Amino acid sequence: MLSFVFTSCEYDNYDEPSAMLQGNIVYQGEAINLADNQVSFELWEPGWQLKTAINVPVAQDGSYSASLFNANYKLVFRQNQAPFRMMLNSATNSDTIMVNVSGTTTLDVEVEPYYMVRNPTITLSNDIVNASASLEQIITGEAARNVERVSLYINKTQFVDERGNYNLARTDIAGGDITDMSNITLSLNVPDLVRTQSYIYARIGVKLEGIEQMLYSPVQKLDL
Amino acid sequence: MKRYFYIIATLLITCWGCDDDEFLAREPKNILSEEQVFTDEGLVLSIVADLYARYPDYQAIGGDVNQYADLNEAFASRDYGRHQNSEFGYGDWGWWDYGYIRELNLFLEKIETADQISVEAREKFKAEVRWLRAAVYFDAVKRVGGVPLILEQLNYDFSGDPTYLQTPRAKEHEIYDFVIQEMDAIRPNLPNDAGIKDRATQGLALALKARAALYAGSIAKYGAIRTPSVTLPGGEVGIPADMANAYYTTALEAAQEIIAGNAGGYALYMKNPNDLSANFSNLFRDKNSNAEAIFVNDFKLKSGKVENWTLENQPRSLSEEGTTYGRLNPSLNLVQSFELIEGNTFAPFQTRDASGKYVEYKNQSDIFAGRDARLYATVILPGSVYRPGGDTVDIWAGLYRPNTGAIVSAPEPGQINNELQVQAVGLDGPINGFDGTAQTGFYVRKYIDPNIGAGQIGTQSDVWYIRYRYGEVLLNAAEAAFELGNPELAAEYINQIRRRAGFTTDLTSDQITFDRIVHERRVELAFEGHELWDLKRWRLAHIKFNGQSMDVNMLTQNLGNAEKTRTQVFGLWPYKIYNPGAANHGQWVFDIVKPNRVTGTDWFRLGNYYSEINNDIRNRNPLIVRNPNQ
Repeated sequence: MLSFVFTSCEYDNYDEPSAMLQGNIVYQGEAINLADNQVSFELWEPGWQLKTAINVPVAQDGSYSASLFNANYKLVFRQNQAPFRMMLNSATNSDTIMVNVSGTTTLDVEVEPYYMVRNPTITLSNDIVNASASLEQIITGEAARNVERVSLYINKTQFVDERGNYNLARTDIAGGDITDMSNITLSLNVPDLVRTQSYIYARIGVKLEGIEQMLYSPVQKLDL
Repeated sequence: MKRYFYIIATLLITCWGCDDDEFLAREPKNILSEEQVFTDEGLVLSIVADLYARYPDYQAIGGDVNQYADLNEAFASRDYGRHQNSEFGYGDWGWWDYGYIRELNLFLEKIETADQISVEAREKFKAEVRWLRAAVYFDAVKRVGGVPLILEQLNYDFSGDPTYLQTPRAKEHEIYDFVIQEMDAIRPNLPNDAGIKDRATQGLALALKARAALYAGSIAKYGAIRTPSVTLPGGEVGIPADMANAYYTTALEAAQEIIAGNAGGYALYMKNPNDLSANFSNLFRDKNSNAEAIFVNDFKLKSGKVENWTLENQPRSLSEEGTTYGRLNPSLNLVQSFELIEGNTFAPFQTRDASGKYVEYKNQSDIFAGRDARLYATVILPGSVYRPGGDTVDIWAGLYRPNTGAIVSAPEPGQINNELQVQAVGLDGPINGFDGTAQTGFYVRKYIDPNIGAGQIGTQSDVWYIRYRYGEVLLNAAEAAFELGNPELAAEYINQIRRRAGFTTDLTSDQITFDRIVHERRVELAFEGHELWDLKRWRLAHIKFNGQSMDVNMLTQNLGNAEKTRTQVFGLWPYKIYNPGAANHGQWVFDIVKPNRVTGTDWFRLGNYYSEINNDIRNRNPLIVRNPNQ
């Protein structure tokens, strides 16, 4: 009787996934900074009757990791959901990447962002955050996108982006008002912090026309 | 011996019972077969009644009250999670009810061969069910875009290969075209009688046609302007911009047929011209020859079909049983957008003067004076009565002591302050996080039933829910005329609505703008389930709900601007002045607040314009393409 109970249990039980897929979303080896968990890609495992994607969100520093079973997966980004586009993959002759996961696998996904935020410098003086950066346009020609605005965000925690509860203060410069893409400056007063702390975090974001997700500079910690 | 007798008797009974074939092949007494039903007009009517009862509504009386808080026109006074979330889910507002479509199709096939029913009755039933089927497809296209257009029953032949049953999604405009064509086709077979409110009529066919064509026109026009990326290459989502004018023309013509009286005597409800706000609130509950209602979901006391809108939304202090109340608190965002009658102007509520001091009001309701009559009929304001001629609601957040500038309040409604020995907060709150108090300072009045019993769980209310009404037809006509470059005509239609709301000066044709039309629909049709679809078709939703947090300045500026941000709910809290012996003792001051349960900032992403068709559906039919930006 007892053995019957145990065997039936075993029949239902699967081992938890043991393999890992991890890496960064990169352009020429440099990680692309994004809003936390807002951009994600899908992994599809071919060969099953029903198809359901595994959604893998990307962290704000451009890294990702997923706990998986050893298998071959197809990796795709959802259309129009990221501030970059996929490279043409020669193996699949499309933007799909075939990934063979076995054990801990590291894969840096090479993509092509519309712009790159270059030389971001964020400094603090007398409770004013000054930021400057240059924008390098990567994708030109027909697929090029205009800059809708460039923004500077400040938050109390290390998660900083455009979402309302991920920033305490922001300032924008509209794309049309930018005269020199190689010298964009923004400044912002540090807002009153309800619970005082001796540091804040800041980063620069770039909003593109027609794409919701923004490109960012790395988050920077500033000591007050 | 006796034992043998029993054995033989048992055998005899058993065999005799078995012998008779009819014993097992009897007609069931409690179920009517399909053949039987389609021989009798009354029985067919009961099927049609069931099909009507499944008409899909969004934000409707008798449905989920909290849904009304989706777009921040109200605060859900018990369901705080929706004000703490930011993103709308891609699957929200989805649709895939092909079970219902199949039953509508089956009915249309069966009624064809029901030759024991008179031809006229059959044609009328057919027209009604075709109206319903088109209405369901209209609902589907609003939610998910183009869907597979199935107009006959699909049956599996058990061959192991179901691919022949898989139909791809139709183009978005094809579904709209189907709906519009169906309305033309069925109209002659529907009754031309404005007295019928709960079944399809010629007026209803025209009203649906006007609404659908207007939606299609605005998707074509504003989709190209504001959201060019919300399209699919196969046209399942998105309508070409060059089709906009044809749709607007169709909408205007259909609406004008109703306005001209070709479909029966519909008119604006005007039984009480001396009290326009009472008139406007009666419009929603007067079932006695109401010329405005075109199509309603009716209820009846003691029939099992009653609605709980009044039960859920009655003020706490005047609730009949003290258990269920105040579920929905209209937001200040909505309340402040009702215009001043004087000069047709927008103005925020004056809480402080130029020097930053509180403005003191003699009566609690004075701050709300002089506005659009619809305000008082849509919202229960502080200082107003709940039932006509009855008690006043008790909405105030605390005592203000001008000498010290201190605010004294209490954590429970109606509690006495120990130090001052007076009541320190209203019986209706507002108290942050206290379920059912007016946490924005307001309760909802539209559709509230003042009859005793409506607020009791055992009785509830029989006030109907109006799905189509003449006021909306006028607004549809005005919008279509405006988009076709005829602001004079638009002004004529919109001014009829505004005169009924108490405006004494008409808008001139120069004053008719897109913002005006957006505003007029918002205040006229508040809490009638239009807001989501309107903001979607104008492609304003992602602009208004942009995920940014709001402050009081953002709230009170740019009133009447169609693109104004509305990511968070605000409230207006009254405070009673406590200053014994002074002239202002017992007078009122007000504060604009963000209820502290509001922490999320609503973000309507481009992928929310068309609800997700999930993997489960797409696994069953791989021809279904995914909606964009998800």
